[in-house]
Amino acid sequence: MHVVLILVLLAVGSVLFHIVSPWWWTPIASNWQYIDDTIIITFWITGAVFVAVLLFMAYCVLRFRHRDGHKAAFEPESRKLEGWLTLLTGIGVAAMLAPGLFVWNHFITVPADATTIEIVGQQWQWSFRLPGKDGRLGISAIDNITDDNPLGLSRTDPNGQDDIIIQGDELHLPIGKPVKVLLRSTDVVHDFYVPEFRAKMDILPGSTSYFWLTPTRTGTFDVLCAELCGTGHPYMRGSVVVEEAVDYHAWLDGQQTRVIAQQSETSNENPQEPVAPD
Amino acid sequence: MVEIPLDAPSAVPPAEVADVELYHPRSWLTRYVFSQDAKVIAIQYSATALSIGLFALALSWLMRLQLAFPGLLSFIDANAYYQLITMHGMMMVVYVLTALFLGGFGNYLIPLMLGARDMVFPYANMLSFWLYFLAVIVLFASFLAPGGPTGAGWTLYPPQAITSGTPGLEWGIVLMMASLMIFIIGFTMGGLNYVVTVLQGRTRGMTLMRMPLTVWGIFTASVMALLAFPALFVGAVMMLFDRLLGTSFFMPAIIEQGTRLSYGGGSPILFQHLFWFFGHPEVYIVALPAFGIVSDLISVHARRNIFGYRMMVWAIIAIGALSFVVWAHHMYVSGMNPYFGFFFATTTLIIAIPTAIKVYNWVLTLWRGDIHLTVPMLFALAFIVTFVNGGLTGLFLGNVVVDVPLSDTMFVVAHFHMVMGVAPILVIFGAIYHWYPKITGRLLNGPLGQFHFWITFLGAYAIFFPMHYLGLMGVPRRYYEMGETVIYPQSAHDLNIFITLTALLVGAAQFAFVFNLIWSLSRGREAGGNPWRATTLEWQTPETPPPHGNWGKEQPVVYRWAYDYSVPGWPEDFIPQNQPPLAAEMAGRAPA
Amino acid sequence: MTIVIAFLAVVGAIAGWWLSSQRLMSKPWLETGALDDVPGSGAPLPAAKIGLGIFLAVAGSLFALSISAYSMRLQGLDWWPLPVPKLLWFSTALLILASAALEWAKASARRANMSDVRLGLMAAGSFSIAFLGCQLLAWQQLNEAGYLLASNPANSFFYLITGLHGLHVLGGLAALGQVTVRAQRTRDVGQVRLGVELCTTYWHFLLLVWLIIFALLAGWAGEFLAICRQVLS
Repeated sequence: MHVVLILVLLAVGSVLFHIVSPWWWTPIASNWQYIDDTIIITFWITGAVFVAVLLFMAYCVLRFRHRDGHKAAFEPESRKLEGWLTLLTGIGVAAMLAPGLFVWNHFITVPADATTIEIVGQQWQWSFRLPGKDGRLGISAIDNITDDNPLGLSRTDPNGQDDIIIQGDELHLPIGKPVKVLLRSTDVVHDFYVPEFRAKMDILPGSTSYFWLTPTRTGTFDVLCAELCGTGHPYMRGSVVVEEAVDYHAWLDGQQTRVIAQQSETSNENPQEPVAPD
Repeated sequence: MVEIPLDAPSAVPPAEVADVELYHPRSWLTRYVFSQDAKVIAIQYSATALSIGLFALALSWLMRLQLAFPGLLSFIDANAYYQLITMHGMMMVVYVLTALFLGGFGNYLIPLMLGARDMVFPYANMLSFWLYFLAVIVLFASFLAPGGPTGAGWTLYPPQAITSGTPGLEWGIVLMMASLMIFIIGFTMGGLNYVVTVLQGRTRGMTLMRMPLTVWGIFTASVMALLAFPALFVGAVMMLFDRLLGTSFFMPAIIEQGTRLSYGGGSPILFQHLFWFFGHPEVYIVALPAFGIVSDLISVHARRNIFGYRMMVWAIIAIGALSFVVWAHHMYVSGMNPYFGFFFATTTLIIAIPTAIKVYNWVLTLWRGDIHLTVPMLFALAFIVTFVNGGLTGLFLGNVVVDVPLSDTMFVVAHFHMVMGVAPILVIFGAIYHWYPKITGRLLNGPLGQFHFWITFLGAYAIFFPMHYLGLMGVPRRYYEMGETVIYPQSAHDLNIFITLTALLVGAAQFAFVFNLIWSLSRGREAGGNPWRATTLEWQTPETPPPHGNWGKEQPVVYRWAYDYSVPGWPEDFIPQNQPPLAAEMAGRAPA
Repeated sequence: MTIVIAFLAVVGAIAGWWLSSQRLMSKPWLETGALDDVPGSGAPLPAAKIGLGIFLAVAGSLFALSISAYSMRLQGLDWWPLPVPKLLWFSTALLILASAALEWAKASARRANMSDVRLGLMAAGSFSIAFLGCQLLAWQQLNEAGYLLASNPANSFFYLITGLHGLHVLGGLAALGQVTVRAQRTRDVGQVRLGVELCTTYWHFLLLVWLIIFALLAGWAGEFLAICRQVLS
């Protein structure tokens, strides 16, 4: 009897836990509400199945537990019942898969008007690169990396001359504008994860991965590395600030001024010599 | 009664061509150490695997203590923590679960359930255990090597596995790879035995469709293992080459702590493809034997045939085949070609269908059954609960876009522990309570078993169910300490403490099980040959424990399927498989 | 990974074909009773043959995976195929001769001609040892010419795949050695017939794998792969 009770309590308790749990996703700060919606659909379907199975088991244990004189029924199979159950399961699975694939298609299709920024992961810090006034990121290569060229920008690519590099500091993003995030690593596999954005992707050294999002809420959000990258993995933190356009442009101007100042500093220190093409 | 048509020769199992000479041991060494008797080998595998399991369990206590009380144990620094999680994971998945289900249960049950005297290649079988043992020694050697074991996670992703920043770079990773390679070679010898014995070693009358589902599960898992482990082998060889010989199979041009390494052009994602091509079938290699065993546990203890035996067989085969085309669902956010996501999400969710059918058939076996709430039955019920829970959370992760926020969070950790840790281990316990009387002639103590059961089941559920919600919140996995962020309420840290304390409690309860195993050897109630009144052949041996050769002078002949329970018209509620049919039965009538 | 999937599809097809004759659609609860032996079905296959067949699937899986990895890497920009040493043509011929010798030994075993069996086994063993010698010599030649293991992915794969193949030949030699010794000790062909047949099958498998590897490494398979890739994308 206590087995029946415990099965019922597990079913009911798990649902209750879900409802009252203070541990739930953080309020979303990007356009990926669809992902949350798909998760909700999945919770409904899987929750219903879980409760149904447990309650049915409890009923069976209650009604068919061994008592003197009780005998089991001999029934090898029921094609009809199994057929129906298979069909229902197929429908349930399709009901979760279809919205999921639809949203995935959306996820991998970057809108044409997205600006592109680059995030570079290294053991164990984040760096960011924004395209300058020309809106284009310059070419980079790992062989170009030196102490004063930490992200390996190509010196000969004009697009890269005005790129803004931010190391180990905050990334700012303007609210409401889609942004394609290019991800690069110079050493091992990392993953740029901001829980409020939902979107994330691993960063593979030797290639470039991407994801895109549109921030929808202002605030300061923590960046967590989400792929084990060595002992510094839990400390590979950063932050992203999403702000209104006015504030964002003020920040951007500040960054651009800093870049120009740095460039004139280095050119004053080292007069430009003709450089052979990379 | 249907007659088997004469034009279906392969429906007739081969009568033994020549009576295979059983190897007869002459010395203590060849009887108990280098034994070629599958039953002894089974016990060797099981004892080794269970011991490693207890060790890996203890490692998990250290991990949990660090997570709940960061810095409490000063000897667990970040290096040590990552070494702990790697060894815990690799030991549990490969050296405990795979070895126990296939080497332990497979060796003991396959010959007995098929009416065979032993496995078909006994010498290779003996070698397979000792290679496994050697692999274990090599693995443990990494604890003693300079630099300690590798801390790259059980998934061993390059480049981090072989660059600095990850512990075990010097020796740990090399020993891990060597150990895995030895394990795989040894396992191939064992796997050939399990598969060929099922194909060629069945006694007269034992067709495939008369085999119990335990054998179907272990058989299919063995076939899968034979085809999947080579992927890990190739990956390990290539990673060793990269580490020791400077090749760049997996290593792109990278800068390690300021120095440009001499690697270039390699692909880290190639390793991930190879690893998961092995890794996904591996989880089904662990699950399928559990599926088969639990079907038999429910059947016996509910005195009812497993519902829908044919569908159960087809589902096992379908799951085995499909498991080879879902591997990249572990790589949705790896940066691979995004269009692969569509394909693998579809195959992954399709594989849920045969799995669900099995769940329905288990509960439908309870329906209108005669349920005895013995300890094995309790574990079987608990398996259904935890497997359904863990399997359903898999549907979240399998749906590619939902996996994006959830991958690499505690949601994944909770999912795979529930579905691969808790559920199959509950089956292992249930199976040991069930078959212990056959192996030793005595029953395990019932009340102690109940105690062990309730704490293990409810405790494990309490550990891993709430953990999903930490993952939903965004807590990443493989963090040495959870740390502070804007999004973590203080209660999340409290939940960590609750999980740790519950884990320690559940861990302590396992000692009750170990005590029971040892105590019952001499003090357990005598069981007789068939205490559960089961139909399958292993319970019909002339002696218990079964002697060398299993059956005495003559192997049994099989006349019926494995699930003749509560057959109408019979005085007993079970009919052993080697019970010849009565004349009335042959004429299509129920016996008087 | 398509190559591996194709390989698995072949293995799956064989498994499916065998399963289809096992009456998996039958209702075993309706078929109680003794199953009589079917007259004329002949002796079933010995377990060792089935064991070897399955082992060939395992080893095949290993080679299919290596070749799959090779074809994925082939597309990289830094791929410079290395020149195939002329010696490899000679070693290929040696392997073919070894297979032929074993085939002859198998036929001699059927004809119960023990002295021919012994000769065939020794010849096969010698040719195979010579094959391995040539492989090692080829490695040495490449090394001296500057094609080192780690300098280039094509090199790495070359040494890896030929090395894996060579190890499998070595393993086979251990078994061949056992059969050869047994053939020397007995007059009764029946004692070694199964062993000779198993070795022959294994050697044919190794030859087939070698021919595929050789074609790949010599670059001919590159075009075939390119066509396949186009078809798939």
